[in-house]
Amino acid sequence: MSALLEATGLNKTFGNGVRAVADVSLTVNRGETLGVVGESGCGKSTTGKILLGLLAPDSGDVTFDGESIPAMNRTQLRALRARLQVVPQNPQTSLNPRLTVRSSIEFNLRAHGVARAERGPRVLALLDRVGLTAAQSERFPHELSGGQLQRVAIARALSTSPDLVVCDEAVSALDKSVQAQVLNLLADLQHETGVAFLFISHDLAVVEHISDRVAVMYLGRVVEVASAERLWDAPQHPYTTALLSATPGQGRERIVLHGELPSPADPPSGCGFRTRCPVAEDVCAGEWPALIPVAPAHAAACVHVKTPATTG
Amino acid sequence: MTATIDATTSALPESAAPPTTTTRRRRRMTVSARIAAGVVGLIVLVAIVGPFLVGDPNAGDAARRLLPVGTAGHILGTDGQGRDVFARIVDGTRLSLLAGLVPVLFAAVVGTALGVTAGLAGKWGHRSIMRTLDVFYAFPAVLLAIAIAAALGSGISNSIIALAVILVPPVARVAETETRRLADLDYMDAARASGASRLAIATRQVLPNVAPPVVVYCTALIGLSIVYAAGLSFLGLGVSPPTAEWGLMVSDHTQYIYTAPFLAAIPAIAILVASVAFNVLGDGLRDLLDVRSEARA
Repeated sequence: MSALLEATGLNKTFGNGVRAVADVSLTVNRGETLGVVGESGCGKSTTGKILLGLLAPDSGDVTFDGESIPAMNRTQLRALRARLQVVPQNPQTSLNPRLTVRSSIEFNLRAHGVARAERGPRVLALLDRVGLTAAQSERFPHELSGGQLQRVAIARALSTSPDLVVCDEAVSALDKSVQAQVLNLLADLQHETGVAFLFISHDLAVVEHISDRVAVMYLGRVVEVASAERLWDAPQHPYTTALLSATPGQGRERIVLHGELPSPADPPSGCGFRTRCPVAEDVCAGEWPALIPVAPAHAAACVHVKTPATTG
Repeated sequence: MTATIDATTSALPESAAPPTTTTRRRRRMTVSARIAAGVVGLIVLVAIVGPFLVGDPNAGDAARRLLPVGTAGHILGTDGQGRDVFARIVDGTRLSLLAGLVPVLFAAVVGTALGVTAGLAGKWGHRSIMRTLDVFYAFPAVLLAIAIAAALGSGISNSIIALAVILVPPVARVAETETRRLADLDYMDAARASGASRLAIATRQVLPNVAPPVVVYCTALIGLSIVYAAGLSFLGLGVSPPTAEWGLMVSDHTQYIYTAPFLAAIPAIAILVASVAFNVLGDGLRDLLDVRSEARA
């Protein structure tokens, strides 16, 4: 599989001193789903906004299909946006409350020059695909349920046949049963259209369910990246192990992390996780460890992690 | 969270389900708003056809001056020069309405454009627009209107221009505040990520949200504008005598406050009725423009 989106060495520090994203590198391949998990405040959403070109990184580069997004001018970026879409987090605010469902989707079609006469049928086809009816196209957002709203947001994101959709906590606000429906819908759509997803969530169970590969973030950094199965079966980073142990119903020994998430404005020295890490040592206070490959397509950033060559 | 529970059924075919009654029911204004709409309609009608139906508002008979309300032939009495007050009220409707509506319409269009632009612009664009408008707040609005009108010279058109200028900053503030409130919401991110031009985002995503508060605010300004225009006329900067205009009539009649106390009240009541009617109509329009009004009711 070839890389569709490649982020290298992204950094973003906000004006209040919060280092939201630190040295983040990610790759999304064509047609795959990359899950990004982490606690709230770990920089997942900021990373998503940088990848969408909505926020400029302080340093680092994002290439989409070989072209650098931060280097693009406004016209190039607008043209690219047909191929790079977003499903926002909160169903209550992801659609404009004063536009009907039809107008919200037509807005995107119009932005990419779809003729007026063509827009109506396209909207109905998209709604039908996400399981909504033609009658619902004239509704306003307050007349729809949370699950229906996210279906509309998905239809809107898919309206211009994108190559990549960033789903930022797209199902987090939904009930478990509705979550499953929306996740299955996303999986079906990916199967049909070959669209790639960057799936941001704090819920490891959700991410594991939908993702091909998963990146785990902590305090603005990627601490482990692996295929979903590898991560589930053989987590390397102590933070990933702790996250997995907190996922109910699989008989792992529960690892309880102590202490609060450190402030991203004032992170601890060395490895940011050492203040809560059950296996922290003195050496961890030195420097944040780099991502070390532990197996093909599996890397973790921890001093306890060894590359296969050294372990034999 | 009934809304979320409802979503579990969304995967089932819903085509058979009847559309909920809330969607198709026609939105309606309250009784008071409909009465206000009637009064505004009447005022507009009087402004258009009224002057053709009453006698010459400037024809005065010195022998029949300061007649009380209810005198035969002069239903609202006569003023200090013996002119029929009813004819002057009717004739003055046109200018007073003009002085109330035109500056507000201008301010609504220009103020909204400036406010939305400032709200969507970057740091420097926002600062330069809003700080420039802040200059207008350094002066009391009435004084500024007087200064502008005096600089342009007297006349109804100049006083309308002066009023339009002083009404722009507050309208821009309302539009800017609303635009900034939207800027962080998810759907604005989605709109930016859609690839639409900034003009399309401003007109199709932002404007539908900004318009209702601006409309409500502007209807409140109409009454104010009529009163300001009256003030300018009083100072000799707006309409000049003997032209009939409500504000000018108030100041004209004030000198008879001891001999004919109700005389000044008649045009004042006309101003009051017009501004209250526009205000109540504004509230009604807000309900009508709000797609969620029924959900809230």
